Amino acid sequence: MNDEPNPEPQETPSFDFSSLGSGTSYRKVEEEPVSIEVHDLNLFYGEKQALFDISMNIARHRVTAFIGPSGCGKSTLLRCFNRMNDLVEGVRIEGSIRIEGNDIHDRQVNVADLRRRVGMVFQKPNPFPKSIYENVAYGLRLQGVKSRAVLDEVVERSLRGAALWDEVKNRLDDNALGLSGGQQQRLVIARAIAVEPEVLLLDEPASALDPISTLKIEELIYELKDRFTIVIVTHNMQQAARVSDFTAFMYMGELVEYDDTNKLFTNPSRKQTEDYITGRYG
Amino acid sequence: MDKNIFGQHISRQYNEELEDIRNRVLAMGGLVEQQIHNAVQALVEGDTQLAEKVITNDYQVNALEVSIDEESVQCLARRQPAAADLRLIIAVIKTITDLERIGDQAEKVARMALRLAGEDRPSNRYVEIQSLGRHVQEMLHHALDAFARMDAEAAVRVAQQDIVVDHEYEGVLRQRITFMMEDHRSIARSLDVIWAARALERIGDHSRNICEYVIYLVKGKDVRHTSLEQMESLVRGE
Repeated sequence: MNDEPNPEPQETPSFDFSSLGSGTSYRKVEEEPVSIEVHDLNLFYGEKQALFDISMNIARHRVTAFIGPSGCGKSTLLRCFNRMNDLVEGVRIEGSIRIEGNDIHDRQVNVADLRRRVGMVFQKPNPFPKSIYENVAYGLRLQGVKSRAVLDEVVERSLRGAALWDEVKNRLDDNALGLSGGQQQRLVIARAIAVEPEVLLLDEPASALDPISTLKIEELIYELKDRFTIVIVTHNMQQAARVSDFTAFMYMGELVEYDDTNKLFTNPSRKQTEDYITGRYG
Repeated sequence: MDKNIFGQHISRQYNEELEDIRNRVLAMGGLVEQQIHNAVQALVEGDTQLAEKVITNDYQVNALEVSIDEESVQCLARRQPAAADLRLIIAVIKTITDLERIGDQAEKVARMALRLAGEDRPSNRYVEIQSLGRHVQEMLHHALDAFARMDAEAAVRVAQQDIVVDHEYEGVLRQRITFMMEDHRSIARSLDVIWAARALERIGDHSRNICEYVIYLVKGKDVRHTSLEQMESLVRGE
């Protein structure tokens, strides 16, 4: 007979040693689900070629950073993804870009719809001179949503998603231009995610912000990547190293190296990349 | 990899900082080599003065470790080094830890030298310790050379020497066991000799570690806890 209760087995903190590899292992972009497929992309501003034979797959629900010196084509490439370059006179684009399988240059594509699916945030926060609420609701109103309940819900969800809700919930009717730069930038991100895009393009989103606002944006990027594919252009290499899963280094319109961020910043394969990220003469 | 790559930053200040760190590691290595040499000589020749000198000089090795460590931390904080620069700093931080331990082992040999100086000199004048000491000193010298020249292939060759050192150490052990069985009065002395040999053998292990950091620095590959064959093929890029 054994009535004695068994003593509780001591919980030893478990650690999965099998997760330790026998060396460094890096993520491979080819093994990730694809969101954006760029194939043999060439872009010309008039006679001048700005992008040369770019081919790359951008992973879904990951953060991909484009780095490179000024004029290397990283912003130009980013702007291809929502056809912002169409607005520039004399631009000619060859090659193909598919987002979630659809060719964005197809005649059927409605550019306004494409830009809803591929949201963009710029270096300088550009809120509309309207209330905070109306800024976020803007995209939905354009789509014809009128229900106040739906708008309220989306505005709150988007502001929460952009980590701004707690700071503005009591003054949603104030003019958005009264917010600080960092808050304006998060508002713009809230506006972009309100319409549930698939891809979020960030062009130097934190370069006009102070360090604390910058960290808030970076934290936000980390939280958003579960729901959106994020592509960020940044001059700040430490920022690219901090926020991205994959990094693409561009130079003079060419994609020089594209790899796991951990690999690229500790052991890049190409000398040009090494020189750039370590601050050497190219 | 070209060793001059640490002199090509846009920031000249940064060049100088990295160069300074590198030079101080080599200076520390030189000091530690000298410590091994002196400790072994003190033991072989029964030179108590030299042994005392090794023991007191160990603080210099320790001070260098602390100061290079501090410089490296400052570089990490202020420069956020990347790629080869980052690997240099990481390799330095690890290398000086091993150098400091080599320094401690040299000090141990010196302490054994002091104890053995009070005993009769054996007829072979501790030739086995002299040989083992020369071997590990060479190993360390070549490891530091590979570090200075950023030569991963050389680092592999030096790491392979560790096997020879281990065999030599086992030889000393077997010989001493024989002595102890033959003559019980020799046990105390034999134990001291074994301790000294053991310290020298450990220096070989630490030198091998330094070779591994050199390979990491040059190739960006972590070869710790791999076999010599794996190390070789990783370095050859297979």
